[in-house]
Amino acid sequence: MLVSTPARWVLRGLTALVLAFLYVPLVVIAVLSFSSSKSFTWPPPGYSTKWWHAAARASGPREALLTSLRVAALATVVALVLGSLAAYAVNRFRFFGRDTVSLLILLPIALPGIVTGVALNAAFRQVGLDLGYLTIVLAHATFCIVVVFNNVVARLRRLAPNVDEASADLGADLFQTFRFVTFPLIRSALAAGGLLAFALSFDEIVVTTFTAGPGDQTLPQWIFNNMFRPNQLPIVNVVAVVVITLSIIPVYIAQRLSSDPTGGLAPNE
Amino acid sequence: MTAPPSTIAPPPPRKGIGRRASRVLSRHPRLELASLLGAPLTWLVLVYLGSLAALLVTALYTTDPFTGNLVHTTSTTNLHELVTNRTLRVVTQRTVGVAFAVTVIDLALALPIAFFMAKVASPRTRRALAVAIVLPLWASYLVKAYCWRVILDPEGGVLRKAFGVSPGFGVSGAVVVLAYLWLPYMVLPIYAGLEKLPNSLLDAAGDLGSRPVGTFRSVVLPLLKPAILAGAVFTFSLSLGDYITVQIVGGKAQLIGNVVYRDFGAGLIPGAAAFAIVPILIMVAFLLIVRRSGALENL
Repeated sequence: MLVSTPARWVLRGLTALVLAFLYVPLVVIAVLSFSSSKSFTWPPPGYSTKWWHAAARASGPREALLTSLRVAALATVVALVLGSLAAYAVNRFRFFGRDTVSLLILLPIALPGIVTGVALNAAFRQVGLDLGYLTIVLAHATFCIVVVFNNVVARLRRLAPNVDEASADLGADLFQTFRFVTFPLIRSALAAGGLLAFALSFDEIVVTTFTAGPGDQTLPQWIFNNMFRPNQLPIVNVVAVVVITLSIIPVYIAQRLSSDPTGGLAPNE
Repeated sequence: MTAPPSTIAPPPPRKGIGRRASRVLSRHPRLELASLLGAPLTWLVLVYLGSLAALLVTALYTTDPFTGNLVHTTSTTNLHELVTNRTLRVVTQRTVGVAFAVTVIDLALALPIAFFMAKVASPRTRRALAVAIVLPLWASYLVKAYCWRVILDPEGGVLRKAFGVSPGFGVSGAVVVLAYLWLPYMVLPIYAGLEKLPNSLLDAAGDLGSRPVGTFRSVVLPLLKPAILAGAVFTFSLSLGDYITVQIVGGKAQLIGNVVYRDFGAGLIPGAAAFAIVPILIMVAFLLIVRRSGALENL
């Protein structure tokens, strides 16, 4: 046996504690969204669904949600195209500065969000680009490239290197090889990377704060702007619970995708 | 004997521009590389490196003290201020301290759970735990920080009501919440690293008379180093630039991010830009050290 029985129990206990640490806050907020009180009193003095009704009527969160979805969708599309092109290049070629390219792709997410935010803001000012919807998409796409890149590179590395050559030997040109051979093999990696990029953009607030115009508000911005307003607090609670619940969907899809076989072509699996 | 009939008809050979372009590209690999890398590199160099350059340039500008307008003449006043200003130095030290504490806490929490997942749990439990770790990552960052407001609230918060104590809103509250937020980023690479670690190594260490703690220190930890550093890049960097969490649960505490945000909002853009260079320098140093260990391959 690898680990002794008492050690197993200790590990089990620690795991349970860490899980509690991860989940108790989420449960607390869910319970509070049904509180009859306007403030954060714990335990809630009574329970009601009135805040859920109020949130359903509020237009602010709905508009912000739409903005967020639109920004995330556009940023994801850009990241998918640029990220997979870069992944394909890095995987297929050995060239001078290859490591630097990987580092450059990583940089927007490795540097703190506030740096990226202030830097992009400074650049948009210098160029004279008005802050707005477009600048948010530009900013989000930049730091989303890396997640697509990482997913696709990891998948390409595991593919047998000679499928391209086999396809070429059979008479396919580069575009046909991509369409009929490479793309089906990396499809699930693209989907997983795209999903992650979407979630990253949907959740982002720091870079958004510096790149959004006065008229645009993403959902995280709406939450942040209303968090300190006592009147809006219960509605923020409800929106928070809705966002948490919605997050189960991408996790579920990601799990389904990760069990997707690579078509029997992966040498090490 | 005849060959079995082919079940899949090969796509018909194409004529036209695609075919011709393809032929040119396969004869000139450099051209193919350029056409693949062109768009992503242009984007990253123009948008990202261009922005960092703009940041540096802005840091050299000054603000007119009377009108508040940007003065587009270069001076090193702001950079000089970075080195000499005591407050900025204290804020920088505090921020690095917070980022370091968050990283250490996350490491301490991640090691047992990752070890349990990789080496003890059944495949089914392992999969369930992996989902349980990833799930909070998808829930909004802001929402999670906000949940902690309810828990930490010094009057009437959950901790106060349940245990009678709460760190309240301040630096320690911020450290706890940041550690909470970035924990999955530490667990995932360590778990992946442990999964790759052959069990036979642990058995061999045990057979050679090593006690569990000794095995952990001299076998597991050295092999896990790249994974740990990969996780640390995230926890450290994310903490280094954070100002939202600090604003929500940090009370009056100020980190680099808060000062940059405040100056930026007050129109002191050159000063904010100059101070934003500090985390860049810290992160670049960190990444250069980490790169030697090969941890970047694990990201």
